[in-house]
Amino acid sequence: MTDTQAVIAGARSDRKANVYAMIDQLFTDFFELHGDQIASDDPAIVAGLAKLADRPIAVIATQKGNNLEDRMATHFGSPEPAGYRKSLRVMRLAEKLNFPIITLVNTPGAYPGADAEAAGQGQMIAKNISEMLKLRVPILTLIVGEAGSGGALALACSDQIWMLENSMYSVLSPEGFASIMWKDAHLADKAAELMRLTPDWLLKQHAIHRIIPERMLTDGSLKTALTSAIGELCQQDSATRLAKRAAFFRKF
Amino acid sequence: MLFGEHVKRFSSRSVPKLKRDQAKVPSGIWQECPHCHAGFYFKKAGQYRVCPECGYGFRVTARRRLKMLTKHFDEWDSDLETRNPTEFPDYQRKIKKAQSATHLKDGVLTGKALIDDYPVALGIMDPLFIMGSLGTANGERLTRLFEKATEQQLPVIVLTASGGARMQEGIYSLMQMAKISQAVNDHGKAGLAYISVIMDPTTGGVTASFASQADVTLAEPKALYGFTGKRVIEQTINKQLPNDFQSVENGYQRGLIDEIVPREQLAQRLSQLLSILEAKKWGEMT
Repeated sequence: MTDTQAVIAGARSDRKANVYAMIDQLFTDFFELHGDQIASDDPAIVAGLAKLADRPIAVIATQKGNNLEDRMATHFGSPEPAGYRKSLRVMRLAEKLNFPIITLVNTPGAYPGADAEAAGQGQMIAKNISEMLKLRVPILTLIVGEAGSGGALALACSDQIWMLENSMYSVLSPEGFASIMWKDAHLADKAAELMRLTPDWLLKQHAIHRIIPERMLTDGSLKTALTSAIGELCQQDSATRLAKRAAFFRKF
Repeated sequence: MLFGEHVKRFSSRSVPKLKRDQAKVPSGIWQECPHCHAGFYFKKAGQYRVCPECGYGFRVTARRRLKMLTKHFDEWDSDLETRNPTEFPDYQRKIKKAQSATHLKDGVLTGKALIDDYPVALGIMDPLFIMGSLGTANGERLTRLFEKATEQQLPVIVLTASGGARMQEGIYSLMQMAKISQAVNDHGKAGLAYISVIMDPTTGGVTASFASQADVTLAEPKALYGFTGKRVIEQTINKQLPNDFQSVENGYQRGLIDEIVPREQLAQRLSQLLSILEAKKWGEMT
């Protein structure tokens, strides 16, 4: 197994499929909010209010699920437009209440279904990117497993973007990439090597801010790291934060 | 065997003759509309390159599309070129080929233009440059288009055509979506208007960013406008989709498009809209 394949296997590990377990590990009193207040409630996006080290925070996460039933419902962690609407709704609530936002990302991409497409999947992602870049509250994204395509970017236009050691972030899933480049999704392994989707390379390109060793998930130090990072972000005034967020993306 | 004899006679005598006859029609004279499949003599598409049967606008280079819209144009940032940030094999060769086909360094033409007498910042994507895919160079050029428009207090018009993210540029391509969106936001914050014109095809990361962030969204007839490729959707749901599933006509019905404008009318429709946007505001001195 190459390094890239090992990273992908770790990113897609079943251990990371249930984001509720991670939310319980990191936050207290998680109060989940359901629905987009327009049409439906997408289980692929889990969103709500919680506390981190006794301070209020908004949490938005993608969910895959641990059993087949859940995975069918969440399309293996691929949000539909209603999911992005729910995300935007909770982000706006955080803005109003002046709560920082933490997003936990583990999605191969937005759901490529016919109904999702007809409901404006691309338009909704465009809106979320635009709105997220305007939010005055601090935003920190942790890429937990997979982060593919615009579907991931719609949750990652943030002040800080962190990746777990075994996680991946790419323009498209390796399968999708192989399908577009060579019309054969089975060439995903070859695609993955060319795509440069590992945390190491992405950090060198300054496409992310920090790599989190997997052990920090289990030994409690991730919670401490998040607490101090959010604390630091809150020290800056919002204009400075927004300017830095813009500069981060402007350099590409 | 009768069938066998027939085939033999057909292949030995008729085929060479057929081939000779075909050779008398040079390629490009007889054209087929990729949308409605009507065949026609190429001159019938006229200077706007539109199917005489269904009104579909053929994919043309950005430079040619510009000539259909305005004669007054000062080009900006024409020398921006990709540096192959992911060191993708064989990519430079592909770029060179696209450059000579389109007379652009990358897949967008930008500059200051006059539509009637209205100055605008104009961007036209080129579907013939690696499918108009979004990479670092055309992404930078579009970002600067919005930034310069903000500085110069100009409205922005972008004609979009793109297969989506440029696969060869990986995460750098994805980051263009955020980078351009930020420039669109700053332009909007300055109280300036942004009009997008959806051309065929507009898909993927371009749909999921600036193509769908305009204040007014126009579209060319029969253009494809979607996020996920039709083939991928069909594989996901295991069902065939109707041909017009991602057409702008369908998008118009679903509330995604403000107006579908035939190519030959675009300058006039833009001019009317600009006359409202640029009119003296209430309370301003005359």
